[in-house]
Amino acid sequence: MKFGTQIFALGLFTFAALVAAGFGVDEPFRQHMWVLFFVLLGFVAILIRNSNFEVPASIDPSAYMDGPIRYGAIATMFWGVVGMLVGVVIALQLAYPDLNIQPWFNFGRLRPLHTSGVVFAFGGNALLCTSLYVVQRTCRARLFGGDLAWFVFWGYQLFIVMAATGYLLGITESREYAEPEWYVDIWLTIVWVAYLVLFLGTILKRKEPHIYVANWFYLSFIVTIAMLHVINNLSMPASFLGSKSYSAFSGVQDALTQWWYGHNAVGFFLTAGFLGMMYYFVPKQANRPVYSYRLSIVHFWAIIFLYIWAGPHHLHYTALPDWAQTLGMVFSIMLWMPSWGGMINGLMTLSGAWDKLRTDPIIRMMVMAIAFYGMSTFEGPMMSIKTVNSLSHYTDWTIGHVHSGALGWVGMISFGAIYFMVPKLWNRERLYSLRLVTWHFWLATLGIVVYAAVMWVSGIMQGLMWREYDEQGFLVYSFAETVAAMHPYYVMRAIGGAMYLTGTLIMAWNIGMTILGYQREEEPMPGSVPALQPAE
Amino acid sequence: MDYNLMREFADSWGLVAMALFFVGAIAFALRPGSRKLADEAARIPLEDE
Repeated sequence: MKFGTQIFALGLFTFAALVAAGFGVDEPFRQHMWVLFFVLLGFVAILIRNSNFEVPASIDPSAYMDGPIRYGAIATMFWGVVGMLVGVVIALQLAYPDLNIQPWFNFGRLRPLHTSGVVFAFGGNALLCTSLYVVQRTCRARLFGGDLAWFVFWGYQLFIVMAATGYLLGITESREYAEPEWYVDIWLTIVWVAYLVLFLGTILKRKEPHIYVANWFYLSFIVTIAMLHVINNLSMPASFLGSKSYSAFSGVQDALTQWWYGHNAVGFFLTAGFLGMMYYFVPKQANRPVYSYRLSIVHFWAIIFLYIWAGPHHLHYTALPDWAQTLGMVFSIMLWMPSWGGMINGLMTLSGAWDKLRTDPIIRMMVMAIAFYGMSTFEGPMMSIKTVNSLSHYTDWTIGHVHSGALGWVGMISFGAIYFMVPKLWNRERLYSLRLVTWHFWLATLGIVVYAAVMWVSGIMQGLMWREYDEQGFLVYSFAETVAAMHPYYVMRAIGGAMYLTGTLIMAWNIGMTILGYQREEEPMPGSVPALQPAE
Repeated sequence: MDYNLMREFADSWGLVAMALFFVGAIAFALRPGSRKLADEAARIPLEDE
């Protein structure tokens, strides 16, 4: 019977959720288990509806397994729209506090929904589907483990749903970018180990002798995230039927563990993983090999050895020992070299094909992503210098920096990869519309520029106001005065974010129409067709 | 095995081992004769679809 085992196992899981909903020791946990129960019940019902007793068609073991990748591309678009929409909502909440709707939709609960939504749901699905696409095509092997890829895909979506609904119910570990409580963490650990087995198994059965460098980056992302996630979330639940747990660490050790995790989530999730994307999709779209393969290997090892030490720069001027702060700062500054080496490697891949920037909006998007990678990896080390940090830390400057990396680098390279993959995955001749890609490109780019510029002004103003003393040694501004001064910038920031979101909505339309098989009739991009010469 | 012991190991032998591994990996990547192999590896993504 098709799905027989899955229906049975999920049925048991559904029943366990029902029992937990009944016996839970606190109200949020019981509500959360009801959510889990109905999600799983719906999933079991869908499986039963699609079950049958026919003999399953035999699978060609040499063909690539693209089903989970297609689902992953759609999930990336869906979560991208959701996560960015929540981002615009919380930007407006900061500008207009009346928009806080208690208790589920106040800023404190929506903010982790936004960060996890864009980082783990949008970025995570982009990494998941592109890594499975790249590993098969560069190893020339079908995914390892049969239906394991489906388990990883659906298991990861369940993690996202449980994390998101938990935040809205007020369930949180209060660890930045790792807010889900212990039971959701355990589920993610299981899914992540399955992902590692899936990826590593495919590499081991490869037919291509050399492991292409993009796979090195993807593998380092999977392995490091496993290590970071497990250690950062070491905690003891107050009850095995409750939503509260206590960290295994205390005081400054807890803070350092948190930021060792937090910064390496940036380094290995948002950087190494997406560099894997860059090293495959930029050469593919440009149809040229990477500028220097040996530089890409140096880039890899330097990133691996330096990034892991940079976390303490989040704890400058705190109880963290001085030597650890200095260590974090020095390693952050050393990261300038591999980051810019990698940026140059990505950009120079286009040398000899720069004309594509004019004719191919997807290449343009990828180049803009690499440019933002260079800019934000220049800004980050600079902000980690203690004297700069004493002005920038806790201000909006940090938020601006994060978004130039996240919207500029992570967002744009993912959009480029999805635009490349979708026509291939659904066997379409081309995208629905290249003109819409151009619209997306300009809306996104201008949105980021507005966002980052506004946050620089607002952040530096905020930092300067905080440290302003009069001649008698009193602070000149109260905290509320600094907040009031930032109002116009908050409004402008929301406008920049809304432009970026609009670009993403245009992309969702374009991708949706491509999947449905439509092609928009439009003028070709200028320069893409050689101009006709008059006959002599 | 207390904190001080681990700390001392980390900033002596641990540091040396990691630095040597890193230098070795870079030297191996840039060794003479690796250019041709690297150029072949760089073409891997372009050779199928």
